[in-house]
Amino acid sequence: MLTCRDFLAELSDYLDERTDVELRAKLERHISECPNCWVIADTTKKTIRIYKGMEPVPIPQDVESRLMKALEQKMAGKPR
Amino acid sequence: MMKAAVMTVSSQAGFDETSLVTQAREGDNLAFAGLVKRYEAKIFRLAQHITQNREDAEDVLQETFLKAYEHLDQFQGNSKFYTWVVRIAVNQALMKLRRRKADRSVSLDEDIDTGEDTVTREVAAWDEDPEQRFSREELGEILNSSVDSLAPAYRSVFVLRDVEDLSTEETAEALNISVPAVKSRLLRARLQLREKLTRYFKRKGDDTFAYL
Repeated sequence: MLTCRDFLAELSDYLDERTDVELRAKLERHISECPNCWVIADTTKKTIRIYKGMEPVPIPQDVESRLMKALEQKMAGKPR
Repeated sequence: MMKAAVMTVSSQAGFDETSLVTQAREGDNLAFAGLVKRYEAKIFRLAQHITQNREDAEDVLQETFLKAYEHLDQFQGNSKFYTWVVRIAVNQALMKLRRRKADRSVSLDEDIDTGEDTVTREVAAWDEDPEQRFSREELGEILNSSVDSLAPAYRSVFVLRDVEDLSTEETAEALNISVPAVKSRLLRARLQLREKLTRYFKRKGDDTFAYL
């Protein structure tokens, strides 16, 4: 029988689907019986989903032009 | 001259990374500029997360692509070009971070396991899509400030694994730490973030209940 602590130790692998079938079944049995761990698994899953879905904002124009200028200088100095 | 060309390249957003890399290695500067355009926003975000300083992040952004250009012949081609660039950026960013915080210790390499940080204190259910309660700007602010409040050792692992989508192995390599270290830091980072975000995302009217 898994304890909540055992469950939490495996949580990342469970959410990344990196556990074997047998362990996965045990973990799923645990969350079906433990509302707290179900909430933790569900909200951690959402945390990961929200961060993964975050598109980077385009870099500011001034940062972009300084980058391109530095690159141009580099390319002029050392043609590949 | 290059600027106009860069714009042309950036319009070919779907262009295959491998072909651009091959062309860049053969001396095609336009192809290299295309790779820069493709990844600059992600590298800048990564640098900001690690250094937590805009000026340093801009330096890291420039140094990363200049180094990548200079050492392109050393790129082996057995990892993705993006992963290789991320590795350069992480190194540059960590150097900045260490230099800036020289008087305080930056515990990226040391064991920060207290044994207690997987204990969860706040458990409350969230709505199905809790992020939709916030505007794009508000959400960005919430997500960034939450990540930035993590300890550097957790933050860097989380950003590489769950924001930049590197594998556990690639993250270990980029940070020069072991795979088990990535795994344990990732778990703690995820749990800590979950808890921080609960403040914003918990279902309205739900009482938090104590746990463990």
